[in-house]
Amino acid sequence: MSSLNPEALLSELSEALATVKDGDALEVTKARYLGKSGVVTEALKGLVNLPVEERKEAGGKINRIKAQMETAISARRDALKEEQLAARLAEEALDVTLPGRGVARGGLHPVTRSLQRIEALFASMGFSVAEGPEIETDYFNFTALNTPDDHPARSMHDTFYLKDAQGNVQPDVLLRTHTSPIQARYMQNHVKAHGGKEGMPEIRIIAPGRVYRVDSDATHSPMFHQVEGLWVGEHVTFAGLKGVMIDFLHQFFETDDLKVRFRPSFFPFTEPSAEIDVAFGEGPLKGRWLEVAGCGMVHPNVLSEAGIDPERYVGFAFGMGPDRLTMLRYGINDLRLFFEGDIRFLNQFAA
Amino acid sequence: MKFSESWLRQFVNPDLSSEALAELLTMAGLEVEERGPVAPPFNNVVVGHVLSVAKHPDADRLNVCEVDAGEATPRQIVCGASNVAVGLKVPCALPGAVLPGDFKIKEAKVRGVPSAGMLCAAVELGMAKESDGLMILAADSKPGTSLRELLGLDDICIELKLTPNRPDCLGLLGLAREVSALTNTPVKAPAINAVQPTHQQTLPVSIEAADLCGRFTGRIIKGVNAKAKTPAWMTQALERCGLRSISALVDISNYVMLELNRPNHVFDLNSVQQGLTVRWAKPEEALTLLGGNEITLDPRYGVIADANGAISLAGIMGGERSACTDTTTDVFVEAAYWLPSAIQGRSRWLTLNTDAGHRFERGVDFADTVTGVERITQLILDICGGEAGPVVDQVTALPERQPVTARFDRIRKVLGIAPTDAEIRAIFERLGFQPQVADGGVVIVPPSWRHDLEIEEDLIEEIARVIGYDHIPAKSPVGPMAMQAQTETQRPLHALRNTLVERGYQEAINLAFTPETWEQDFAGNANPVELANPIASHLSVMRSTLIGGLINTLAHNQRRRQPRLQIFETGRVFERDSARTVGQVDGYRQTLRLGGLSWGSVVPEQWGAKTRPADFFDVKADVEALNTANNLTFEAAAHPAFHPGRSAKVLREGQAVGWLGELHPRWVQKYDLESAPVLFELNIDVLTPATVPVYAPVSAFPLVLRDLAVVVDAAVPVQQLIDRLWQEAPDVLRDIQLFDQYQGKGVPEGAKSLAFRFSLQDTEATLEDQRVDAVMAQLLERLTTAGATLRS
Repeated sequence: MSSLNPEALLSELSEALATVKDGDALEVTKARYLGKSGVVTEALKGLVNLPVEERKEAGGKINRIKAQMETAISARRDALKEEQLAARLAEEALDVTLPGRGVARGGLHPVTRSLQRIEALFASMGFSVAEGPEIETDYFNFTALNTPDDHPARSMHDTFYLKDAQGNVQPDVLLRTHTSPIQARYMQNHVKAHGGKEGMPEIRIIAPGRVYRVDSDATHSPMFHQVEGLWVGEHVTFAGLKGVMIDFLHQFFETDDLKVRFRPSFFPFTEPSAEIDVAFGEGPLKGRWLEVAGCGMVHPNVLSEAGIDPERYVGFAFGMGPDRLTMLRYGINDLRLFFEGDIRFLNQFAA
Repeated sequence: MKFSESWLRQFVNPDLSSEALAELLTMAGLEVEERGPVAPPFNNVVVGHVLSVAKHPDADRLNVCEVDAGEATPRQIVCGASNVAVGLKVPCALPGAVLPGDFKIKEAKVRGVPSAGMLCAAVELGMAKESDGLMILAADSKPGTSLRELLGLDDICIELKLTPNRPDCLGLLGLAREVSALTNTPVKAPAINAVQPTHQQTLPVSIEAADLCGRFTGRIIKGVNAKAKTPAWMTQALERCGLRSISALVDISNYVMLELNRPNHVFDLNSVQQGLTVRWAKPEEALTLLGGNEITLDPRYGVIADANGAISLAGIMGGERSACTDTTTDVFVEAAYWLPSAIQGRSRWLTLNTDAGHRFERGVDFADTVTGVERITQLILDICGGEAGPVVDQVTALPERQPVTARFDRIRKVLGIAPTDAEIRAIFERLGFQPQVADGGVVIVPPSWRHDLEIEEDLIEEIARVIGYDHIPAKSPVGPMAMQAQTETQRPLHALRNTLVERGYQEAINLAFTPETWEQDFAGNANPVELANPIASHLSVMRSTLIGGLINTLAHNQRRRQPRLQIFETGRVFERDSARTVGQVDGYRQTLRLGGLSWGSVVPEQWGAKTRPADFFDVKADVEALNTANNLTFEAAAHPAFHPGRSAKVLREGQAVGWLGELHPRWVQKYDLESAPVLFELNIDVLTPATVPVYAPVSAFPLVLRDLAVVVDAAVPVQQLIDRLWQEAPDVLRDIQLFDQYQGKGVPEGAKSLAFRFSLQDTEATLEDQRVDAVMAQLLERLTTAGATLRS
């Protein structure tokens, strides 16, 4: 037993373990000490040769050495596992700065983007969206809106007219010049459904759409967008019209640093009528009055024509150019960009 | 309407700065479009009287002048202008003067000769863009008088953009009335006294068309000096309104038109043969207008004629034959009320834009023709001399003025503010409406100069305007509250757009006008909806398909070297249609469509994905993604725009939705594209209905997957086999996936191998092998009857 020097043995093992680089080598080393014919196992076997009274003490000593050795081996095994894992992880590391894989990003047209916001803002005040045909009759585009027969807007100078299948000009069919005919159509249908007298539910609609005029230059496109709005009810007032439009403009441009003024104007289908100008408090257009919408109290002739009692119900209507609002919102300076389809312009508005 | 502020202030002079006055006009609906000083700032420039002119001793082109600038002793000034001459009155800038461009005048020596100031040309004072020599002032100008004072240069020109309902503001008097009402300041109109006739000669005038002329007032003035010079004050007033001085008689006529908004005409009496007739023109009647423009008329136009035919185009322009000239001695002054309906449109038809036409078609004051003639007479007698005859005023049919009632409560209700009854009355009084108090409101007979007051609302607008729109507070609107519908059975168009955006598409908006060839090429449409008045021949018809615009957008971007493009558009297309639909316009179908185009690499070129051009099936997946109910089917069918073997009709439960296809190689070549894009075009109405999901229990039993590979004729569409499999399918069949299609080695020529994976599941029990085998046998049998054989 004198050959079993515990300190020497343990330090020998720890040196051996330190040189071990993998699991197999670890098991070989382990066998040398703790295997069937390992040093420690042999020592345990040798116990039978000792006198009985010494066996207990010697046995205890060997078992302690064995336990210490097992601990050392197990620690080394864990360390080796960790090293291996670390090596694998290092090997598996990615360049996380490489771009992500997948599809490109698309986007809405900037005018659509504005229209969605306009619809949402007015929806929050109870306005629903109405639509109407783009090829329109002169009745809905002009007559129902109190436009005199000889009004210059009706001329072929300003309004696109269509030819019938035989090639003859149809004097009563045109491309709508504004979204206002939607109000006329909507009111007529509303009256058909509810009657135009006492008890008629309110009308609160906006009508976005494309409109057409004989005009083409840097600031005019023969096709452009409008949003018409209409509120007919028993408590509609001019002061309320101002409230709605000022609220809308502040919300649309997301700023209170915006002056809004209402200026008397003239439209055949509203009376009183107003133009709405805004002036921004900052930015390149700071302080300049910019025309953004026309509005007014619905002309009683327009209400009567639709079958609504103008004595009982008062309405306000407005029409604005979402193209212009979009230009102001995003700093776009040329209307034609909207309709050219240049992807370098459009993808600046990616979703 | 252009005018100078000083002229307006002669009529009404409110205690307002120039800026405040402009703001007032704009906010009253008379929008100030342009506003600027008549001359730029300069100082210390006075009238100089050239007393002597002597050659400069050392410079050929310079003169040494003695100039009386109103001081004790004359100044010596060196001058380079070629038109300098003794006796002239010219602007003289004194030392200390600062001229436009920060040009400072000092005492200096010019080539050795002392010069105490500078004689000025108009260009040096910023009063002209170019000028030839010194500016010559009126001979009676007093030396030393400030030039600014002499010429009234501290004045401002204002140009208004008037709305068509306010023609009464096309003259100074009307503007003054308006400013008076807005500021509660009195109008100081010039005194217009009747000129007593000094002879009795009159010109017979016969009005034959009461629907043309409501009133005709005239007077003969004999013995005028047509060569008289227009006074400087009048020339200046006209110039500041944008009119050139022509001759005294023409200038007077124009002056009164501007002053009183009273268009008029002065005829050379001796060119008028016998009396005048006011009538509609005869067919093909010829008239040479002032300035020599020869026109041919028809009975839509009104004329003033003499025995030899038309001599004036009623309400628009005078004729050459009866125009006043230098030799005119006797004149006939006319002021008429032409009915707006008789003038409207005529100027435009003839492309004549005249001040008179502009006013008459909008409506002028029908009560002031006599005043107008008196005012013209007064000015002619003052300036040209002459003897006035009696005024002859013929009235045929003047507009009838119906009284309009304005109720105080109604005004307050519509505007949402609470002016008192007295305040409302006071505003109407200031406007000159002479309101008569009636029960709960006022009754107003609209004045003769206003043509826009027919109903109560017109008067409400007047109250709002005079109070000022800015003084009406913005209030929260009042109305019943109700929730809005949020339907789940319709997919909003915005949701379709967003789906495509998420799949990489960018939205574009193309014009709805297209060239006829696009209609022919991409829609096979030989009878497109045609415009009567297109702006250009390539925008002459309305599109019946979105494809043309999408192709054009692709070409546009390819020319700009874009490597790939995924775009979509929503919009209406237009077709002729004999069916009548409520809420639509007879003869036309206007369908809302969604179209898309994909070209180039399926994803942008990058390190992580193999570059591969987007093909039919990539785009098909995009189309399928638009339909949440997953019930679209595709049928091979020919379309004019598409490759015949790569074109599909898209159906939703049997209803046509639209098309999907690869562009026909013919169009790739014709439209100069690099390679063929894949496009789709779908009817939104058919695409948007959605179904509300209905819950089905989730099976607790395991799913069994089985595969079958079959060989079938290559021409057989897969859909046909899938349809057959689903027909009376066993109730445990949950799903069929085609997971492989193969043609080539191991598969007979002209055939293809298809591998299907079937998902089977029972909701009641675990599927036994026996049952699975039976189902698979049944499915194989289905495939076999459809012409397929099990692949060994």
